[in-house]
Amino acid sequence: MMREWEDIPLAQRLGIIVAGSLTEGLEARLDSSASVEDMAVGRYVVVVGQKRKFFGMITDVQLGASSAQITVAPPDVSDPFVAEVIAGTSTFGTLKIMPMLSVGLEDGLPSIQPVKTVPSHFSPVAEATEEDVFDVFGREDGMHFYIGKPLDMETRVCLNLPRLVERSSGVFGKSGTGKTFLTRLLLIGIAQKDAAVNLVFDMHNEYGHAGTWEGGKTVKGLKPLFQSRVAIFTLDPESSRARGAAADAEVEIGYDQVEPQDVAMLQEALDLSSPQVETVYQLGRVFGDNRWLAEFVQIEPGVEMEDLAKRLGLNLGTLQVLRRKIETRLVSLPFLKPEAVDNSVKRILECLDRGTHVVLEFGRQARLDAYILVANILTRRIHERYVVRKEEAQGEKAREPRPLVITIEEAHKFLNPRVADFTIFGTIAREMRKYNVTLLIVDQRPSSIADEIMSQIGTRITCLLDDEKDISAVLSGLPGADKLRNVLAKLDSKQQALILGHAAPMPVVIRTRDYGTQESYKELLNAEGTRLREKAIKDLEELFES
Amino acid sequence: MGQEMGQRMSLRTDLRIGEVIEASTTTFVAQSYELHQAPDFGSFVRVSDGAIDVVGIVCYAETCGVDPGRRPIARGKDEADEEDIYRNNPELPELLRTEFTAVVVGFREGSGFFQYLPPRPPRIHGFVFCCAAHEVMEFTRELNFLHALIDANLRVSVDELIAAALRQASATHDLERAFLVSAGKELATLLINDVNRLNGILRRIKP
Ligand SMILES: Nc1ncnc2c1ncn2[C@@H]1O[C@H](COP(=O)(O)OP(=O)(O)OP(=O)(O)O)[C@@H](O)[C@H]1O
Ligand SMILES: [Mg+2]
Repeated sequence: MMREWEDIPLAQRLGIIVAGSLTEGLEARLDSSASVEDMAVGRYVVVVGQKRKFFGMITDVQLGASSAQITVAPPDVSDPFVAEVIAGTSTFGTLKIMPMLSVGLEDGLPSIQPVKTVPSHFSPVAEATEEDVFDVFGREDGMHFYIGKPLDMETRVCLNLPRLVERSSGVFGKSGTGKTFLTRLLLIGIAQKDAAVNLVFDMHNEYGHAGTWEGGKTVKGLKPLFQSRVAIFTLDPESSRARGAAADAEVEIGYDQVEPQDVAMLQEALDLSSPQVETVYQLGRVFGDNRWLAEFVQIEPGVEMEDLAKRLGLNLGTLQVLRRKIETRLVSLPFLKPEAVDNSVKRILECLDRGTHVVLEFGRQARLDAYILVANILTRRIHERYVVRKEEAQGEKAREPRPLVITIEEAHKFLNPRVADFTIFGTIAREMRKYNVTLLIVDQRPSSIADEIMSQIGTRITCLLDDEKDISAVLSGLPGADKLRNVLAKLDSKQQALILGHAAPMPVVIRTRDYGTQESYKELLNAEGTRLREKAIKDLEELFES
Repeated sequence: MGQEMGQRMSLRTDLRIGEVIEASTTTFVAQSYELHQAPDFGSFVRVSDGAIDVVGIVCYAETCGVDPGRRPIARGKDEADEEDIYRNNPELPELLRTEFTAVVVGFREGSGFFQYLPPRPPRIHGFVFCCAAHEVMEFTRELNFLHALIDANLRVSVDELIAAALRQASATHDLERAFLVSAGKELATLLINDVNRLNGILRRIKP
């Protein structure tokens, strides 16, 4: 039996549905009491049909007039009386609403379904209530993490984090829109709800000890919040020490870990020509993928090099230029060692196994080439281990490795169409969660990411984008998403985001939860489902009092 | 201000002002008991037929000679002021009469008002009363009567009548302005295709 929805209180009512179709969305006429100027694209509304409630988003706001005449000979609206009469009658506001979910009542309980029809004529449209938002997104609990508030509402929108980490996700937006803040919140959420273990390639040192905030201030990274549950690895121990933020471990990469495909990824960064890249592959075939670099850098430039060129049937010039580039640009990286004393991959894996989140800081090595190289090498090896372990577990859940989320910034460098086919990141995105590894990619140029990879990004959280190509890329492959174009282009330039896809039952625009104030830390530590002990909170308080 | 006006109107409540002398489904004509004392243009009147009260809005009034064949003649050439004419010709009120026409806009049956035409026209010689302020207020809670009025075929301008009626009715509502705004909105939807007419009425009713 279907229970009737309660009537909408007049104060929340915005208007009535006057037209619409499933493909084109709904059109609502605003009540005269509701001002067009109070509406905003991205705002979340409900339409109360006879049997179902429809959840939708305002995708456009328009002005309408009941006759063309009125626009030609407008009444004297400078008179407030006339203006009041005209509003909502002769002239009115129209909302375009994209219905995205429908909720029916089954035995008095809400049952959420995709939209398969439209509400009947003149169904009332209202602002969504807190209850409506909870019905769709759930309440904060052991799985649901509060990420922000819908536009013009004080309600909390939660993301289902176990669902988020099931597939790869992305945080997009142009520079300075709040990607890093959002990503940090997601990482904290994942840790707090124990949805997965994080491995963060932290190019700009934003996630470990502290991140930058406007006005030269800093915000806390994961370490001060989660203490021993976070391990900081660094590529630049000196810089860590200088910042008074000692790392837990240092990462060194041995020559043997640099494979030809890693160099291929650096083609752009190292300014290599295609024949040069081809040569690296050939060196790999001759010396072995793990030996080629050690061998190649030892070859004397003179006769030995000529011999090699002859032996391989290669152009001596190409070989020489390649050698020079590798010497000056690659081998010069301080963390790259002929023999790595410590096995960084092994130590990172040990941490991940224990459920300790790993943040790899690049320190002053925040060079793109270093970033790409290291992220690629480490991820490849960690992924290899995951594949082995997952296969060994033979479907036994308890023996499977913990779900792992790998965070990379500048993701298009790893996932552009030129390299996505052969890089480990492309592989991970494509195989979905087969081996319990997914990505969290952060990027400001989503259009540079290969389409085929983008289609694998389950949850997309996007701040303001203004380039048409980027907008299209983010919305690609999501049914009905083209209507969100407008919404996306009209986001605030900071701290607002549109969430779509796998982890959000329906697209929603949020004002991202505040981060950086003492209250925000406290709340994060107190949140339900957090595994932190009282002690951490105390530590924090002491820290602030001093 | 609304209250003052309301009081003034309620004083007239029990004022029987005239008697029906011509009746049809849509209009009735009444003779005013007092010469020159027709109810205001646009005011609400009612006439009982025993079972129901027919409600009308005064849309026309005229004063003329009792004998339709004979016109009154000017008499004041040598009088000092107008009142002297009547004082010196005491038979005059008998020779002249004031009549008014009301357009039927609804009726009252029991305690409910209905904004559509009554089943029967009023009876000839039915007593005509001015509606009390509270009656006008009750009646104008709904504005459906405007729908009928807007297309009525009358001797006067319908727009003038509507404006006058709304001005009068507004005085009986506590939220005078809100009443006029909602009436204005009703008109705006009725006059979708005639913005000039709408503007004309709005100019006449704006508070
Ligand atoms: N959730 C938030 N809480 C508080 N401040 C925020 C939040 N989101 C964004 N901001 C503000 O916006 C600024 C920019 O955010 P952020 O550094 O995350 O942008 P970004 O997109 O990562 O930029 P870039 O492309 O330069 O890396 C922050 O310094 C901060 O002041
Ligand atoms: Mg950033």
